[in-house]
Amino acid sequence: MEIEQLEKVASQVRRDIVRMVHGCQSGHPGGSLGCTELLVALYFERLKLKEQDGKPVFDMNGTDEDLFFLSNGHISPVWYSVLARRGYFPVAELATFRKLDSRLQGHPTTHEHLEGIRIASGSLGQGLSVALGAAMAKKLNNDKGHVYVLMGDGEQQEGQVWEAAGFAPHHEVDNLIAFIDLNGQQIDGPTVKVMNNRDLGKKYEAFGWEVISIEEGNDMAAVLKGLYEAKSRLGHGRPILILLHTGMGFGVDFMMGSHKWHGVAPNDEQLAAALGQLEETLGDY
Amino acid sequence: MKKYTFTEKKDTRSGFGAGMHVLGQQNPNVVALCADLVGSLKLEPFIKENPERFIQCGISEANMIGLSAGLTIGGKIPFATTFANFATGRVYDQIRQSVAYSNKNVKICASHAGLTLGEDGATHQILEDLGMMKMLPGMTVINPCDFNQTKAATIAIAEYEGPVYLRFGRPVIPVFTDPDQKFEIGKAWMVNEGTDVSIFATGHMVWEAIQAGEMLEAEGINAEIINIHTIKPLDEEAILKSVEKTGCVVTAEEHNRIGGLGDSVAQVLVKHKLAPQEYVAVNDSFGESGTPAQLLEKYGLTAKHIVEAAKRAIARK
Repeated sequence: MEIEQLEKVASQVRRDIVRMVHGCQSGHPGGSLGCTELLVALYFERLKLKEQDGKPVFDMNGTDEDLFFLSNGHISPVWYSVLARRGYFPVAELATFRKLDSRLQGHPTTHEHLEGIRIASGSLGQGLSVALGAAMAKKLNNDKGHVYVLMGDGEQQEGQVWEAAGFAPHHEVDNLIAFIDLNGQQIDGPTVKVMNNRDLGKKYEAFGWEVISIEEGNDMAAVLKGLYEAKSRLGHGRPILILLHTGMGFGVDFMMGSHKWHGVAPNDEQLAAALGQLEETLGDY
Repeated sequence: MKKYTFTEKKDTRSGFGAGMHVLGQQNPNVVALCADLVGSLKLEPFIKENPERFIQCGISEANMIGLSAGLTIGGKIPFATTFANFATGRVYDQIRQSVAYSNKNVKICASHAGLTLGEDGATHQILEDLGMMKMLPGMTVINPCDFNQTKAATIAIAEYEGPVYLRFGRPVIPVFTDPDQKFEIGKAWMVNEGTDVSIFATGHMVWEAIQAGEMLEAEGINAEIINIHTIKPLDEEAILKSVEKTGCVVTAEEHNRIGGLGDSVAQVLVKHKLAPQEYVAVNDSFGESGTPAQLLEKYGLTAKHIVEAAKRAIARK
């Protein structure tokens, strides 16, 4: 897909995000908006997905395809929107987000059998371990697919992340690309103030990872280029980490760069202001 | 009354190791994971024959549970192994989210459960694991009684699709069940039929219950003894059928009296058939260092304690 087309998808995904969160008056718009370019680039361009008649076909084992895991499950709105827009389930279902009897739970789950989701996430720090297990299963199965996993930067404060970070290079899990969404914000404030992660890249390097930085994580071309580079380095005995610099709330001016929109829904007026900044490209659900 | 004899004593963890050895040869999807306790879990035969299907996790139990959940996504059947304390309490949230809620086909296999871990003391003697695991929706909880049954259970859970907690232990105890038994998950095993009191025992306490049955018989009391190797799903039918006949109950487990087998049985009785019940279990306390025999005596988990409990239960009828 051309960059202009991917940007159009991203604009629609952002509309979906703010509308979903507004629709149930809860959820996490900030991190979702910040990771929009990454998820659109992955699902519409970079991931090798199983398809039939141009539509993705979901099976839990994900044999012979690339897998994506979302460890920071609270940014479910962006994932749900991208999965629906990619064709995993009906776009109309986005309207059920966080409502009773919905498959679109507040945090992603396999429990409701939503296509595209392979593990529950939300309690932080677990996704890297799960992704590593899936990557090792691929190796055992001689499956050439790759595994991608996104984590938050605040999430790096969880101890389990570092158990997994030590495990991956030791076992030479070199069919996996992990991302850290470096938006510098967490619920209680800027990450440097709440619990300074300090030199995450150097830490991962010291653990034995190959570390790549995407400085403009909300620039589609930069994200595509970074993903391409990361993929080219797979298969050389080391796991890959991408430090993805994003802006929390990117794309909606009054939500940008502040932790205040981590987990707050816009009111009617704010929704209108947000939608005024985001072009409707694929039709609202 | 059926007499049970034995010619050798073995640890249930070795039954697990023997079961894994068989699985290594029979099921190419079985993968073993361990958190730096390979010798304690008796995994050497499996690892020797299947080095590519063993994943050493180091002392990182939370990661081990997540890895196991991820391995199922490629169709593998992971057996995550460590001491029971580190396999449950330490990683409860990982099991809850990545295994139980996600309904992953992970087998959590836990050795050194309960007081009989012995000298290491209370930090390692988990007495709450059955309760924690049975509270998780969809989790199957199994606590076999000897070497042979543990081996059979290990092989059986690989065939079953879904998360399982398999609990076993360190001490050598009599091997008294059939070496060729077929383990049926959720199906209680009638050890001895009787009419005066139902003794429902699990794990190491089954042998104690058998001895208690003989002691009771010498006093003219006819005890029915049932091995509840599967705590969840519980064989309610077997429990109720027995209680209809005997009218009173003793439950015996190497676990805190809160939240274990006794409470599961009590729930069945409260709902379907009120009957006096006496608990043989640890009385809401931590353990301590000592030999297994000393600890079972001090914390009230011997055949003698089951006999006393049976008499109390009968007196309350």
